[in-house]
Amino acid sequence: MFAKRIIPCLDCKDGRVVKGIRFLNLRDAGDPGELAEAYNRAGADELVMLDISASREGRATLMETVTRVARKLFIPLTVGGGVRTVEDAQRLLGAGSDKIAINTAAVEHPEVISELAAQFGSQAVVVAIDARRTHAPKVETGNLKLEDGKSKSEKRKATDYDVPVSNFQFPVSSAAPAAPRWEVVTYGGSRPTGLDAERWARRVAELGAGEILLTSMDADGTQAGFDCELTATMSHAVPIPVIASGGAGNPEHFAEVFLRGAADAALAASIFHFETHTVRSLKRFLRERGVPVRI
Amino acid sequence: MISLVDYGAGNVGSVLKAVEYLGFPSEVASTPGQLERSDKIILPGQGHFGSMLRALDERGLLAPLQKQIAAGTPYLGICLGLQALYEKSEEAPGVPGLGLLQGTVLKFKALEKVPQIGWNQLQLRRGSRLFRFIPDGSFAYYCHSYYAPVVPEAVAVTEYGETYATGIEKGNVCAVQFHPEKSGEVGLRVLKNFLEM
Repeated sequence: MFAKRIIPCLDCKDGRVVKGIRFLNLRDAGDPGELAEAYNRAGADELVMLDISASREGRATLMETVTRVARKLFIPLTVGGGVRTVEDAQRLLGAGSDKIAINTAAVEHPEVISELAAQFGSQAVVVAIDARRTHAPKVETGNLKLEDGKSKSEKRKATDYDVPVSNFQFPVSSAAPAAPRWEVVTYGGSRPTGLDAERWARRVAELGAGEILLTSMDADGTQAGFDCELTATMSHAVPIPVIASGGAGNPEHFAEVFLRGAADAALAASIFHFETHTVRSLKRFLRERGVPVRI
Repeated sequence: MISLVDYGAGNVGSVLKAVEYLGFPSEVASTPGQLERSDKIILPGQGHFGSMLRALDERGLLAPLQKQIAAGTPYLGICLGLQALYEKSEEAPGVPGLGLLQGTVLKFKALEKVPQIGWNQLQLRRGSRLFRFIPDGSFAYYCHSYYAPVVPEAVAVTEYGETYATGIEKGNVCAVQFHPEKSGEVGLRVLKNFLEM
């Protein structure tokens, strides 16, 4: 039985876990090493560490943190945040990370995905995709030019999404049934790219990504549930595993994203940092709901 | 000395970490001389079947590896280190494997997601030394696109679209398709069982 994976995420800054920590029975709740061990004991299938340090000093601390976390961890560890080059990845993998996650740099220089896959193997390359709903009708994704004479609404849309004119996507026809689309955003959701998320997912798989870490920017932080529609669309679009992220608030949300969203794995931060839901209790719940999990 | 074979592209670091954690002295072996002196050999394979066998050959490691295995030195192949024991692989049709097991390593059909990345269950044959103290149905962590056919020497099999060999024991030759260094307690136990053989 192949199991769906539950992946706690440690958001780290300057060597400390920073997001919503309230773990009991730990000497130091913000220490990534202690949290990693606690999650490992609780039955986590993997761990993801995302570094949100802005400074170079913070990055140096990250290497030390990865080394410390990896030393006693015998489940897969993925590290992301600020990975831009093969050299960045090399340092993280050398420090004991098993996979690296790359996001903005992959959008800006897609060829880096192939370089990473060639150097370290696809299994080490996780491409993180942050996607936001556009609420636009089904669109033609050719690189059409916006010319004078187009309707005001089309022009307004191009401005709304702040995309280069050459990437503007036209509705096939105004009569086409509205299907949800998602746009890739970068720099932590602050920058729209004009890229269709489903197409981008196919592209990164072709370029050699081993997995996709998919975050719904609409659901992220709401604790109101994963975006199952987005997850299912992306999961069916690519032959590689999709890790759903953003919106986990209770165990039912995980059941939904596996049963309805076709997710291969689900990632969450806050829900595990509060001990109301441990990885173990979540897995028991999922097993009762018929989701295959490792217990 | 326990040697971890370094052919330039494997995941030697994480296996070394696990072996050291278990308290066994070991070294990374990248020269023929080191391999010839080994008491136990672990080959943590990763990447491409053809590239690995070529890299082993180019570094002069293939011949001493075969000699050591033939001489009865305990060998543990991990991931590609298991696949290398077969005659050949669909991944690199022109490159011969070590040929200690019969058959061809095949690519997963696209019924499931490929590569298989994640935890899957072991169906164990009773009496295996490598899987001593490990309950049937335990999970291990996998990451691979090609699978090894079930042979009489298989002591563990797993299902992923196909039923395939995930644990091998043939005299001094042991191998696992999963990553023991990433499979939590189960993986550490498998490594310990091998290291204590």
